[in-house]
Amino acid sequence: MNNVLQIVWLIPLLPLIGFLINGLGRKHLSKTLAGIIGSGVVLASFLISVYVFFSVKGGNTHVAHYFDFINVASLKIGFDFQIDQLSSIFLLIITGVGFLIHVYSTSYMHEEDNKDFAKYFAYLNLFVFSMLLLVMGANYVIMFIGWEGVGLCSYLLIGYWFKNNNFNNAAKKAFIMNRIGDLGFLLAVFWLIAKLDTTDYHTVFANISTLSKTDIIGITLLLFVGATGKSAQIPLYTWLPDAMAGPTPVSALIHAATMVTAGIYMIARSNILYSTDAAEITRLIISVIGLATALLAASIAIKQNDIKKVLAYSTVSQLGFMFLALGTGNYVAAVFHVMTHAFFKALLFLGSGSVIHAMGGEQDITKMGGLKKYMRITQITFLIGCLAIAGCPPFSGFFSKDAILISAFEHNKVLWILAVFAAMMTAYYMFRLYFLTFNGKFRGTHEQEHHLHESPTAMTLPLIILAVLAIIGGFVGVPHLLGGHNEIATFLQPVIPVHENAHPLSSGTEYGLMIGTTIAMLIAAVFAYLQTRNVAVKENKGLGKILENKWYVDELYDTIIVKPLQSLAAFFNNVMEKKGIDGFVNGVGRAVNYGSRQVRLLQSGYVGNYVLLMVIGILILFIVQLFL
Amino acid sequence: MEIQWYIYLAAALFSIGVIGVLTRRNAIIIFMCIELMLNSANLLLVAFSKMHAAAAIGKATATVVSDGQIFVFFIMVVAAAEVAVGLAIIVMMYRNVHSVDVNFLNRLKN
Repeated sequence: MNNVLQIVWLIPLLPLIGFLINGLGRKHLSKTLAGIIGSGVVLASFLISVYVFFSVKGGNTHVAHYFDFINVASLKIGFDFQIDQLSSIFLLIITGVGFLIHVYSTSYMHEEDNKDFAKYFAYLNLFVFSMLLLVMGANYVIMFIGWEGVGLCSYLLIGYWFKNNNFNNAAKKAFIMNRIGDLGFLLAVFWLIAKLDTTDYHTVFANISTLSKTDIIGITLLLFVGATGKSAQIPLYTWLPDAMAGPTPVSALIHAATMVTAGIYMIARSNILYSTDAAEITRLIISVIGLATALLAASIAIKQNDIKKVLAYSTVSQLGFMFLALGTGNYVAAVFHVMTHAFFKALLFLGSGSVIHAMGGEQDITKMGGLKKYMRITQITFLIGCLAIAGCPPFSGFFSKDAILISAFEHNKVLWILAVFAAMMTAYYMFRLYFLTFNGKFRGTHEQEHHLHESPTAMTLPLIILAVLAIIGGFVGVPHLLGGHNEIATFLQPVIPVHENAHPLSSGTEYGLMIGTTIAMLIAAVFAYLQTRNVAVKENKGLGKILENKWYVDELYDTIIVKPLQSLAAFFNNVMEKKGIDGFVNGVGRAVNYGSRQVRLLQSGYVGNYVLLMVIGILILFIVQLFL
Repeated sequence: MEIQWYIYLAAALFSIGVIGVLTRRNAIIIFMCIELMLNSANLLLVAFSKMHAAAAIGKATATVVSDGQIFVFFIMVVAAAEVAVGLAIIVMMYRNVHSVDVNFLNRLKN
């Protein structure tokens, strides 16, 4: 057992070393070397993670204490790592998918300068380091360090092409919106410290009975605010679609597979807090917000024409599904969906990167079409990704989404109907994307058509591996009904206790739900195929126009938050600063100037005047001396 | 004689001096008025010295009773030196501007 603790610190340390080498030596490293270092350290972390995974399989939990991070009065926060089933799953996702994306990036980013290439890998390694810290921390403070680190890396990588001002604005938007959520997280941590004097997971969960109802509701809600920022839920989701400004592998790694699932990880980690009776209202809020996000984002994705924007809104929508699962108390389904989503969404993003690469930077799907002739591997893997996300059996998305839908059904029928509707929209927009991109005739310029080619092996190999994972990834969570054992639930049992359902669904109902949702998705897919057969670019009207413009949420935020803030700032600038402070400072100068101009007149040059003043002065002194 | 008569006389002389300095523009007359003020002060010093000496006679602690009178000699010497410098300035002034009017020398103005 101690063997695990002896090497576990290497998992985050290796990417940190990679970051330092690539970051400091970026001017001297060749592209090959930077790529090998960047990918190699993540591969090494992955191998250690696999070892760690098998060591916790038996239900062990390891906590390693390295040093005291904060030690003030009665408050003691250690720099501790906790390795258990939940964190080991995330470790595998982060390092495994992360490694594939690193390999993919070596080819995708090859046109960058040597220096920028190494910088890119340095940022990517720093991100992996922060993300590992986030999931490995044994208390909320260490988690928060990682939480902030991934936010920073997200900012750096969205604004990677920093010469484009729009990209910079997208980076700033992501950072600021995350900060709003982070404040909630931070307040929750302070609240915990004030009440329990500790942030260690073990101690917090053991002392949960000492917390009052208000405390639990407050802490869980504030943690959820943190999660809405990081995991792009209403009302803080608008940064994620804009974050597509970054390079495509970054979108795959950070904005699909790992960072955005940090909020789900946090709530799944705190599942004991969220499962208390007091937190019922929080669970309701989480499921409503999750479902609303899933519906809203899916409806927007239907009308988007940018290949990455569709995937971005689909990510927001899938995250909404995960929050729905969390809100209905099915934490295992949420973690399961995180895992399968990491596979198929990374696959879809990398596939879209391959398409963009072939199209020479074009991202508009109305200008694509018929690409299956030119890029077979990308097309097949992309199709697998679409089938997985749409929830077609037996692809991975089917099992995880089914678990969420069934849990919603058990909870509330209305939630279920809306969730199925969102899942149908998912199938529709994904197949619309697929058919527009790969089917039909090529609609781009002749020059682009000439340039079309399959991507190099470094890009297709990760696609193939991820596609395999997207197919088989679901088999770890096959429900008992279909003859499986739901291994993931058993595996996570020590961290996420399974609550036996008092009224289990009859197997008939469950079969019916599965078949019903599957048919609904197939209908949506067929509908998408029929609609995309002839692409006439026509002006959207009515609801379509609203959807195309993303429900005008950005404009709404602009009007109610950004504009008033700017006019307030303008007021402070023009009135307080220019008239008030500047006026005061300039006024002092002007008063001295005016005063001295007046006093100067006393220097008349006439001796008599001086003498008179002298006599008056002496007289005043006498009067003061004698009478006052 | 009572001490207050000396004080009245000295005050009168000093006032005449001040008024002279304030009202006259001729440098030599201003100079004379300044001398008048100096000598009113001398007069007071001598008078007070005499008064304190009369009061101190017969007391064991009294050693020197003529400090004020000695002080007057110093002032006279300093005044004589001052007159030498001052008159020299006035002579130079007359040589340069052919006038001893102090208001004529206002080139420092502005």
